[in-house]
This record gives sequence, structure tokens and C-alpha cells, in this order.
Amino acid sequence: MSARRAGRIAAYGLMIGASALWVIPLLFALYISFRPYSETSQYGYMSLPHHLTLSNYLNAWTQADLPRFFINSVEITVPAVILTLFLASMVAFVVVRADIKINVALLLLFTAGNLLPQQVIITPLYRLYLLIPLPSFISSSGLLYDSIAGLIVINVAFQTGFCVFVLSNYMRTIPGDMYEAAEVDGASMWSRYWRLTLPLCRPALAALATLLTTWIYNDFFWAITLMVTGSKRPITSALANLQGQFVSNQNLIAAAAVMAAIPTLVVYILLQKQFIAGLTLGATKG
Amino acid sequence: MIAVPVLADLAFIWGPALTSVALSFFQWSGVGGVQLRSCHPTVFIPDNGCVFGVQNYVQAATVYPPFWPAVEHNVIWLLVFTFLAAPAGMLFAVIIDSGIRGSRIYQTVLFLPVMLSLALIGIIWEFIYSPNFGLINTIIGHNTNANLIDWLGNPKLNLWAILVEASWRQIGYVMVLYLAGLKSVDPSLREAALMDGANPWQSFWRVVFPAMRPINIIVLVVTVIESLRAFDLVYITNQGTNGLQLLSSLITSNIVGEVSRIGFGSALGVVLLVISLVPISIFLYQTFGRRAT
Repeated sequence: MSARRAGRIAAYGLMIGASALWVIPLLFALYISFRPYSETSQYGYMSLPHHLTLSNYLNAWTQADLPRFFINSVEITVPAVILTLFLASMVAFVVVRADIKINVALLLLFTAGNLLPQQVIITPLYRLYLLIPLPSFISSSGLLYDSIAGLIVINVAFQTGFCVFVLSNYMRTIPGDMYEAAEVDGASMWSRYWRLTLPLCRPALAALATLLTTWIYNDFFWAITLMVTGSKRPITSALANLQGQFVSNQNLIAAAAVMAAIPTLVVYILLQKQFIAGLTLGATKG
Repeated sequence: MIAVPVLADLAFIWGPALTSVALSFFQWSGVGGVQLRSCHPTVFIPDNGCVFGVQNYVQAATVYPPFWPAVEHNVIWLLVFTFLAAPAGMLFAVIIDSGIRGSRIYQTVLFLPVMLSLALIGIIWEFIYSPNFGLINTIIGHNTNANLIDWLGNPKLNLWAILVEASWRQIGYVMVLYLAGLKSVDPSLREAALMDGANPWQSFWRVVFPAMRPINIIVLVVTVIESLRAFDLVYITNQGTNGLQLLSSLITSNIVGEVSRIGFGSALGVVLLVISLVPISIFLYQTFGRRAT
């Protein structure tokens, strides 16, 4: 009995200690973001506060042009999430419901593509992006390279694989006789997809939307490599530039980082269940 | 219905992956075209747009200084993720799953870093590691100019400092995967083991852990792939130089750096591709192989 007790106490100790280690870096950044630069540069970040201020946030918002980067992020993330779910659900539907020989091969193609490290494809992709022209009203560079459209395209292409995998597993659980009934009623392939399958997949689509929003918003690599104009970059990769630009004012960087984290934290607080469901849907039903 | 997504996947994922293999046998700066002729074997004036054979690979392995350090760092990364982050994530999941009081709070807190971008994590931890002002040096009293510890600047230390950041996130990720795995294990299995007189330790390792086989595979795949993809943290810290070279950062610096070496960068990409095919094949075989039979 006492060994069990000791085990319980050790477990509590471990969890409380780990939780403290996990929140300290976050709270520390938050603390720095509320302190004036003049104070921390004299006494260090650990010192007790003389003043707390919101000026770092104001300065980050105005001087560092954060609203523009947030808008860029929205312009990339929203279309990319919608497109990914639309395309992936069609592929999953065909793979699961259409009796074609290549459906396993298709599923393999998409799933494996999503597992490739991004750096494996970046060298030719970078050249490819320089070759594809876009009309100037879509891309001011006149190319897929350095354009919002280009980032949407690669995020969609890359994330579709994971979504096809998850959605095809999910669609497999829909009983086949529902489709037979629909077919008897003369429902076309499209309406079986759009009117029957998609509404039934709502939970999986919601979970994936949460996941994709976070992942695409958090993307750093594609934006760093495929977008050269600093002012067009989304917020996550813009932080790297800001760090260079405001190298002598780390308090402002802390405030910018906190603000950049807010959208994902809101998602986490409101949709934690959805997020985790999306992450584990692919894992447990596979 | 599937033409657009399939074409997009082929054009932007598999096309470049295969082109990477082809380009790795060429010497090309990206300027001008590529021709199917052998490169002139001159040392002083590098030829351009020509067949280079396996020379890119030979050069990477013999005369390119950051190559072997990068391989070593990727291997260390993988070892830390495998033997530290994955077991820690599993341990946290087991404790939370055992129904300890406050388990929801622990789960929420430990998973939090997974929501943040790696770029953001890199920035947040710079405040912890800052030599003069940072949390660690202030606590251990190494924040005067005479005895500073430069956690992120010292090439002997910085990889380990970055691995703390990476594990901080990875542990929460593994934990959530195992929480789902533990919930999927039939409770009667565990009860049967306890009835047979197994202690909790035995019942976990002999019954529960083997029953979580699908999740174990996923965690293995995630561990290897994330170790190969590692990039953002080192890039935001020092662009992957001075002790933080990784294969991924070398590839990036060879295409978007000042000297564009497309063939050489592709060869490095192929090295990464070949290694990543191992976990990808394991995953595909486990997932689709059994379904087919």
C-alpha cells in the first residue's frame, strides 16, 4: 500500500513540476511584453517590475505593421483551408465509393506525399514557382513565386494528403446501403457526394478545419522560401524579419509574439476537443 | 472530380520530388538551361547546366564542411526525440489516463506548445536563454560579462538548448497521441491481466502497450519525420549555422542563399528523401498492407 502511495505522490510531483516547466516560458514572454525596454535593459528580464505598460503592444501594432501581416495570414489561411477540405473530400469520396482499380494507389500517393519532409521538394519547387506566370492582378510579382496565391497552392497541395487519409477512413464508416438507396432514387455521383456524404462528415470536417487553420497559420517554411517580399509575408514568418528589424527592442518582439499567438490560443481554448480529435482521427482509425 | 487534386499533388509534390532526384545529377546555378552533356572537368571555371554524375554526392560527403555535422545533428535530434521525448510523452499520457486529480489541467498545459508555431517557440525561448537578461543565467548567477553562458551562441551547447525547445513541443504531441491510444484499448484486457495477478507495470508492458500497436507505429513515424523536418527552430535562432546545421537548413541555404546551387541542393534533398522513405514505407505497409490482405 505504501508503495502505491509513494507512486501517487511521485506522479503528482512529476505532473505539477512538468506543468510548471511548460507554462514558465509562456508566462515569461508575457511578463517581458508588459515591461518597458528601458527597465529590462537596466535590470534584466527577471527583475521586479517598476512599471507595467501596454506601449510594447501599441508599438508593435503601429511600428511593426502587425495588422498587415495578420491580413496576409488570413488571406492565405482561409482560402487554403476551404480548398483543401473541398479537394480532399472529393478524393476521399471517390477513393471510398467509386469502384476503380487505382483507388488504393491514389490513397498511397496522397498519404505518402504528405509525409515527405518539405525540404525534399523545395529545390525544384522553388524553380517551378519562378517559371509559372500569373496575371498581375493576382500576383504583383507576375509569378507564382512571391505571391499569396503561390502560398495557398503549396499549402493546399501539401495538406490535402493528410485530409484525404483521414476523410477516407471516416467515410468508410458510412454504411453502404445509404448509397444504394440514393442510387435507386437516381441521385447523381455529385449529389451523393455533396448532399449525402459531406453532411455526414461534418464532425471530421470540423476537426480537420481546426487543425488545418492552425497548421497553415503556423507555417514558416513555405513562406520563408517561396515569398521574398517581407511585407507580403504572413505573420508567423514575418516575426523572423521583425526580430532583425527590432533587434535592440526585444520587449516589442515579445509583444508581437504574444499577439501572433493569440489566434491559435483562441482556437485552442474554444476548439481544443476538435483539434485533438483531428489529430487522433488519422491515428486511431487508420 | 479528382482531376484537380490529383494534378495538384503530382505537379507540386511528386513532380518536384522526382525532379529533385534528376537534378541531383546536374551542375546548375539556376541561370540558363540544363543540357544533357557532361560537365567540363575544369576546376577554376565551374561549368553550368550540365550532367555532373554523382559528383554532387561526392562533394557533399567529402569537401562540403557542414554536411557531416548536419547529419550528426539530425541523428542526435532523432535520438533525443526517440529516447527522451517519446517516452516522456507516453509517461505523461499514462499518468493522465490513470485518472489523477486535475488531469484535464495537466493535459491542457502540456499540449499548449503544440498549438504554437515553431518560429514562435524559438522566439519565446530566446528570453529564457538570453545571456545577460535571460531566466536561466539570472537564476544560476551567470549573467555578468565575466561568466556568461551563451546557450544559443556556443556551438557546443546550442544544439542541446534547441532540443529542449523542440522536446517541449514534441512531448505534448506524443502525449495526445498516446492518450487516444490508451482510450482505444479495451478495458477488459487490462482487467483480465490484473485478475491473472499481473502488477500494473506488467499489465502495461505485456498487455496495454502491445495493444496500442497502431499508435506506436504512428508515434514512431511522427518521431522520425519530425526529426528530419526540423528546420524552423534552428532557422529562427541563427539560420542553421554555427553548431545548428541540419540537412534541412543546408538545402535551404543552397537555393535561396547568395550562391544558388540547384544540383547540389537537390542532392542534399535526395539524401533526406531516401532516409524519409524508411518511416514512410513502414507507415504505409502497416496501414495499407494489412488492409489489402
